[in-house]
Amino acid sequence: MGLENVIAEALPEVLTTRLDSLINWARKSSLWPATFGLACCAIEMMNVTSSRNDLARFGAEVFRASPRQADVMIVSGRVSRKMAPVLRRIYDQMPEPKWVISMGACATSGGVFDNYAIVQGVDKVVPVDVYIPGCPPRPEMLIHAVMMLQEKVMKESIRDRKDSPDEEAREAITPGTLPVTDGSTLRDPDKTQPQPYTIASTHEKRRSF
Amino acid sequence: MSETQQPEISNTQGSQTVASPAPSQIAAALQREHPEWVSELNSALGETTVIIVREHLVAVCQALKTTSGYEFNFLADVCGFDRGPEEEPRFEVNYHLFSTTKHHRLRLKVLLHEEDARVPTVTTVWRTANWHERETYDLFGVIFEGHPDLRRILLPDDWQGHALRKDFPLRGYEPYSLT
Repeated sequence: MGLENVIAEALPEVLTTRLDSLINWARKSSLWPATFGLACCAIEMMNVTSSRNDLARFGAEVFRASPRQADVMIVSGRVSRKMAPVLRRIYDQMPEPKWVISMGACATSGGVFDNYAIVQGVDKVVPVDVYIPGCPPRPEMLIHAVMMLQEKVMKESIRDRKDSPDEEAREAITPGTLPVTDGSTLRDPDKTQPQPYTIASTHEKRRSF
Repeated sequence: MSETQQPEISNTQGSQTVASPAPSQIAAALQREHPEWVSELNSALGETTVIIVREHLVAVCQALKTTSGYEFNFLADVCGFDRGPEEEPRFEVNYHLFSTTKHHRLRLKVLLHEEDARVPTVTTVWRTANWHERETYDLFGVIFEGHPDLRRILLPDDWQGHALRKDFPLRGYEPYSLT
């Protein structure tokens, strides 16, 4: 490319910068989303990574099947109340740093599904960084949201994103099962109390300050 | 060879079509032979509905499935129906039967009072009734007695109430939140 020559001539050998800036620059340039499609918005999300819109230009095209390898959860579609604990579990499985994009009217506010079956906004379940309106949003809007998230990432500090388990996490009883596995309200009336699915993660507590 | 076989095949087909009565005739025969099983017959829009006395439901289903000429070997659907809290009887359970050999359909119906919304299971007749009855229990609260695994199937396990009852609020009893 010849870029090496230009840079070598234009810049000194040593640069000084803040560690946060350098790390955030690396983080924002490769945001890996988790593969997590819920409804029709997921079709637009797939389109974002295809050749016409090409999210790869902004470093966020690698959709990972495992939440362990993902940085961003794009909640694309309506979240049913039965899906909510599953979504929360996937979020908990993602390592820090992690961000959430709420894509579309349903994930943001329940949308037209103002009924008992749908969670009225995914922020009841996980903390959300960027909301996208639309039904469904155009692929360009999702790209815009990713770029807004990149701006947000640049403002963060690595001190806020430690992934160390704290005391109450060690004490917490893991609700070992998803709520579909055992018993029925018919046979076990004592089990009608909702179980706590998770405890707040570190940076959620930071947000609530 | 082919000339000798062809008449035989057409003969067997002819005898099958002659032997199968229409659904309305099946329903009438059912009422004639077992008047204690049937409480009412309805026929509208080309569909036949038999309202069954609850206690005899399994016997009716077994007879409809095994009797030659009826052969309702496929339970197409089981669904509940809530007429509203002010109605008496309040609930219905509908059984849609189909015969894959005779190609005819029949609807059975059981009427249930709210304080005694119980009905015997037909999983012993058609195994596919298992999930259908779980769905009806989940959404209407009808108890299927003798069901092998009667628990919720669509709604979460810790759900309160039965969502398709007419007096269930559309938005549920309380907003959902994990935080």
